[in-house]
Parts: sequence; C-alpha cells; structure tokens
Amino acid sequence: MYELKYDAEICARCETFDCLTRCQYMDLDLEAAREERQRLLDGEDSLVLSECATCYACEEYCPHGNHPFYLIVERQEERQAWPVPIPLTKQQLRIMEPRGEIQPGEVTPPVINLCAFSMLAGCIRGKLYEGASIISGRDIFCNIMWLHFGKNSVIRERLPRVIDNIVSNYLEPSGVDELICFHDECYGTYTQLAPAFGIDVPFKPVHLFEYLVERLGELKSEIHRIEAKVAYQRPCSSRLIPETEHWVDEIFGLIGVDRVEREYDRENALCCATTIRIAQRDNLADDVQKRNLDDMEAVGAKYCVFNCPACMMGLSGPAAERGMTPILMSDLCQIALGE
Amino acid sequence: MEEIYQALVRIVGAAYVSRDPEERFIYARDPGTMEPCEPDLVVMPNSTEEVRQIVLLANQMRIPVVPMGGGLVLSGLTRPLKGGMVLDMKRMNRILEVDEMSRSVLVEAGASQGMLQAYLKKHHPGLKHSIPDAPPIATIAGNVLIHGSGHLSATGGFHSDMLNGMEVVLPTGEIAKIGSCATSPYWFSRAPLPDLAGLFIGWHGTTGIATKLAIKLYPDRPLGDVGIFVMEDPELVPGVIHRLAGVAVAEDILAFMANAPAWLRGFQLVNVKYGAETGEELRLKRDLLRESVRTYIDEKVGGFMPLPPEMKQRFLEEPQTTLAVFADTREGGGFEYVGAIMPIALFPEAYRKGLEIAERHGVECATGARIVGLGHCMMFFYGYAFNRADPSDVKLAQEALEATNAAVLEMGGIPWKAEAPAQKQIIEKMDPNTFALMNRLRGVLDPNGIMNPGNWEAD
Repeated sequence: MYELKYDAEICARCETFDCLTRCQYMDLDLEAAREERQRLLDGEDSLVLSECATCYACEEYCPHGNHPFYLIVERQEERQAWPVPIPLTKQQLRIMEPRGEIQPGEVTPPVINLCAFSMLAGCIRGKLYEGASIISGRDIFCNIMWLHFGKNSVIRERLPRVIDNIVSNYLEPSGVDELICFHDECYGTYTQLAPAFGIDVPFKPVHLFEYLVERLGELKSEIHRIEAKVAYQRPCSSRLIPETEHWVDEIFGLIGVDRVEREYDRENALCCATTIRIAQRDNLADDVQKRNLDDMEAVGAKYCVFNCPACMMGLSGPAAERGMTPILMSDLCQIALGE
Repeated sequence: MEEIYQALVRIVGAAYVSRDPEERFIYARDPGTMEPCEPDLVVMPNSTEEVRQIVLLANQMRIPVVPMGGGLVLSGLTRPLKGGMVLDMKRMNRILEVDEMSRSVLVEAGASQGMLQAYLKKHHPGLKHSIPDAPPIATIAGNVLIHGSGHLSATGGFHSDMLNGMEVVLPTGEIAKIGSCATSPYWFSRAPLPDLAGLFIGWHGTTGIATKLAIKLYPDRPLGDVGIFVMEDPELVPGVIHRLAGVAVAEDILAFMANAPAWLRGFQLVNVKYGAETGEELRLKRDLLRESVRTYIDEKVGGFMPLPPEMKQRFLEEPQTTLAVFADTREGGGFEYVGAIMPIALFPEAYRKGLEIAERHGVECATGARIVGLGHCMMFFYGYAFNRADPSDVKLAQEALEATNAAVLEMGGIPWKAEAPAQKQIIEKMDPNTFALMNRLRGVLDPNGIMNPGNWEAD
C-alpha cells in the first residue's frame, strides 16, 4: 500500500548523477556517485544514508522526476540508518501525533491551512486575508517532516488520515474544494509527495504565494513599494515544487523589493540547517549557516525572508545578529500594504 | 511568657515581636506536609547584637529558639517542635560588601536570593551567585546552611562549598567568626584554619545562629546556551552525566523526567547550561559537550533535542519556574519533595524507585537530579504535589515521602534537609559513634538545649 512511485531502471540508465554530484553536503565525484548509486539501488549500505543532510534538493536536481530523495529515505528506514537519534525521533513523533480532537467546522473561502502551526494565526489578518477561514492543528499536520527522520512509514500511516480530516471536517461539509497552504511544506505534500506515494488528494491545493500574487494584484493601488534588498531562504519543500519559484519573484516585484542575485539562492540554495542540527551535526550546520548568512550580508540584504517557520526558528536569530530583519513572506507583504 | 515578651520588646521594639494568633498560625507551618507546631512568640532582630541579646534571654528563660530564613524549606525545619520563639531573620537583609576581584559577597543572614540577584545585576553585572530553584524570598544563608545546590553547582558544588566564612551567634551568646574573617579583615576562604563551618552547616539550626556570611560569586557571562540531551534508557544516564560533567564547562546540569506533557513521558532529559564571553567560546563549549557524548549519538541512543529560541530562553532562566507549575498541579498549593544526596551511579535505581512509589501510593511524582560538581554526586529529587485543603491528599503525600526516604536510605543515599521523622530514619542508619559525636558537640555548644530542639534527636 502506498508504494513509492520510483523507477529503478530510470536511475540505472541515468548518466548525469545530478542527485549526488550536485549535492552541497556530500563531496562525490562521478565515480564515487556511480558506486553509491549502485549501493542504493541494491539496497546496500551507502555513505549517502549517513551523509545525507535531508535537504530535499536532489528531488529538484533529478532530471527525470524519479524521486531520488524519497528512495534515500526508504533505504534509511529499511536499513535503520537513522539520520536522527532514536529518542529524538520518538519524541517528535509523540509531539506531532494526531490528537483526534478535530471538530467539524464550517469554512468559507479562502480557507487558509496553517498546518500544525496554530501560533501563526496572527499572521492571517488585514486586507490580504479578508474573509478567510483558518484551519490548523496537529490533526491536519502534513507530516512531510518525517523525510528528515528516515520515516516514510509515518507519512504513509498518517498522511491519508490528515487528508481525510481536512476533507471530512472542513472542506466537504462546506462545499469548498480549494485549500490555501500557508506553509510551503503542505503544498509540497499535497502536490508532489502524496502523488509520489500514490495517496489521493481530493482537493485543490493552492500555494500561499499564488494566493498572495493574486491578492496583491487586486490591491496593487494600495501597495507602497518597500524598496529594499532581500534575501530569500528557500524551504526544503520548495525543492519538491520548483515550479512555484516564479511566484516568489512576482511577489517581490509587486511589493518593490530586490531579490539580489547571490551565490546560495535558487537551485544553489543552502538548507537553513535546522534539521542538520537535529541530526547532531552542529559543525556542518554552523558552516552552512555561516556561508548562507555571509552571502546574504555581502549583497546587503535588509530582510531575510522566510516561508517556513522551522527555517525561521533556526536562522532568524543568527540573521538578526547580522542586522537583517527576519520576516515571513506574508508579513513582508503586509508591510507593503501599510499594515 | 509575658516577661519574655516584654524583654523582647525592649531588645527589638514592639513592632518586631508578636504573640498574636495570626502570626503564630503562619509561623507554625511551611508549604510541606508536616503538621503545624505553633510558636509562643515570633521575633525579628535587626542586628547581630539583638540576636545575641535574644539568645542570652532564651538561655536565661530556658525557651527554645528556632532560627528562620525564608521559611521555605518545605520539610518543616523552622516549625518550633517544642514551642518557644521563631527568630525570623528577614530584617537582617543587608548586602554588605562585594569584592569584585576575589568574586565574593558578604551578606546578612536574612538577605534573600532575589535581592542578591537583583543587586548584582544592577551593581556588578559581571558577577552572579548560584541561585537555587526556590522562590526569590528564600534566603542565601538558609540555603547554604542546609547544603543547598543551584544554578552553578556543576561549577562550584554545594552552596555550602561556596561559603567563605560566617559570623555566628553561638547558643550561649558569644559571637564567633568562622573562616578567614576570624584572623583577617577579608572574607576570602575557610582555609587554612580548622574548618569550624561544619559545626553549623547541616545542623538545622541546632548549633547556633548565622548572622552574616560570605559566599563565592562567579562570572555572569554575557552569552548563554543550553543543551538538553534526551535518551530513553535510564541505565545510560550516569554515563552521560559523567561525561558531560567531566568536560568541566557546564554551570548547571539538571536531569529531569516527567509524565506531562505527554511527549516527555518515558524520556530521560539532561539539561546542560553553560555561558561564554564570545560566540566562538560558546560554540567551543557546545562542541566539547557534544563530543563527550559522541558514543551515544553515534549509536543513536541519545541526542540533543532541538530547542526553539523561546524555549531555550526559558531553560536559561535562573531560577527555573517549571517546578512551581508542577507544585500546584493538584491545586491547593501543597508541595514537598525528598531531595536525596547520592552518587550518580544510583540514578537508574533511584528513578525506578520513584516510579514504583508513585504507583504504589497513587500520587504524581516529578523526578530529577541536580548534579553537584563534576558528577561527584547528585541531589535526586522526588517531588510530590498535594492539595493542602484535602487531608486525604496530604496523607497520601506524607506516606509517599516517608516511603521515599526509606527507599533512599536503603539505596545508600541520604535525604537532604530531612524533616524531623526523616532525621530519625537517618539516625537509625547512622554510625552510632557519629551520632554520639553529634550529641557531644551539641551538648558543648548548647548546654541548655535551646536551639531548635526536636531536630537531630533520636526517639
């Protein structure tokens, strides 16, 4: 049930090895990549299983859309090559487990899905979100995070229930079929991860950024251009849905900020390092964060813009120490609207 | 009693003596489970000389004297078991002198933890003292004299180890200086003289009344961090603590286990707090700590949990307020715990005993351990919350506490700041010659038996 749609033949024939040679956290030349790929295909131990920073980037690098990252996670779980110490994984599993407390409630479009981050409810305010309904809580947590823990099994177990919770408690009774995903991870889950595992998603996920582009377009006359340089911190899940990247540029264009070209942006983006720290690799996390922040600082970014609360948790302090203002994309748009 | 009352009025003034029922009611109890014992009088001296005169009066009138700081010991040590007067030291709360260079402070015995913390923050921001996880009104002297521990105990040991010297009014009224201050104008150390501090520490106010004391201060570093190492198997905890403490960079190491919230249940958490002057130093210390437990990380049996910045900030608070939240879980404000001083190797057994006792007695038990020194020992605590307004709840907690004290002694630990019944349990296990020596010393120091009688006494 919920088999990963992965074709070993495609990998076996691939001569690019982009998934491994382009990795920013493993130093593999073509020959080494060939060997490690074979080990992965054969279900053998591979240094990829222990060295993977779980940044998801190989999902974007793969020229065939063949889900190399999900394969790595499958192998980690099969071989119990846990990227994170077991007690921490168990603890997180318990923290994020569905509570079974969800109550049906009527919603009206636009329906904003805050996932497990109920604490972000304060962001849903003002003209951008007029008339919006909010849904949030552990019972609708998208569960994509288990990719960082070598736990595809948890995604298989919990995600179908989450989808059912959303549909049967909110969308279906209210006759709504669109769900705006405030968090990039949710959009990545419903549009890319779920299909990769053959999990049906009976509603239309809408990325927050698409929604923002539309709303900002409607409110164009009220926008005060911010006129500042910004650095954008891509969340790991954006690697699953690179087709959403253009909305980031459109939003920045609409609100008058300059996403300055820098080394570690776009396809070459670096991980926020939060999950690298959970994997107890502090020195790597320090190095990744330093390079990333040096890069943001060098281009004179005033704002460090996030979509993911976990990225913000890990990077906002160090960014602020360097004089940048850490801010969620939604809040930045509200600044432009004078709110 | 009228004669004593009038004599006390002459010594301290009418405003600072009371025999009113409401005061006697309040001073009869503390927030723990021990039965109230009413004093005949309460007196609040303002100077060493007034303390001396009160002690002379008590000898003359053969009336017990029970010295009291914040009255928050929880095990009822300031209840006057045989009546008499409670000597409340809170008026003697002056912070007399801070020696920045030698990192020490001289305070009067009624100076509170909160006062000193605030004073140092304001006037000497580079210095701090080791604060216990007690309400801010708890006194420095009281905590030192019961062998307390706190947020710098991984660095400096028990708070009694941080004592440089004392001024004490002996039970016969003489004023004695203990430590370097006996022969020098400076309060820098208890060495190299014969260490007489031991005549007063751990005696529960039965050998004299401390009026001043000097304690060590420590750098209050501008940067701080905390790591929480999580594991499931209690058998691993002593090794983890041994390694983390052995790095000798932690200011405080505190293990804790709790049933709520649910995501904590069944996990052993070891909280390591440390400070630094620079970010580089902070990272170095983090790396040293992490490498010390690398074996466990590589085996995937433990690791440092991710802490959101606001959570980290809460864990860096001194004192911690989490225990205060637990203390009222039953509502009604009752809380008492057994703090067992024992080797860290006993951690797994101590943890299991706590679970057994809680289950057997049907009570909630919060357990944890503050590490003293470089893992030299620990104060393993078993905290029981109860509703003071519900006698059956109080009884349950009392029974659990008694069972815990027995279990601790059986394991080879010793209950700390033990309540009177637990003192008797300790005495039963104690080398008879040791107890005889204690009695001989007390007989010499307090020939009339006026000092907090009923404590450290066999049946």
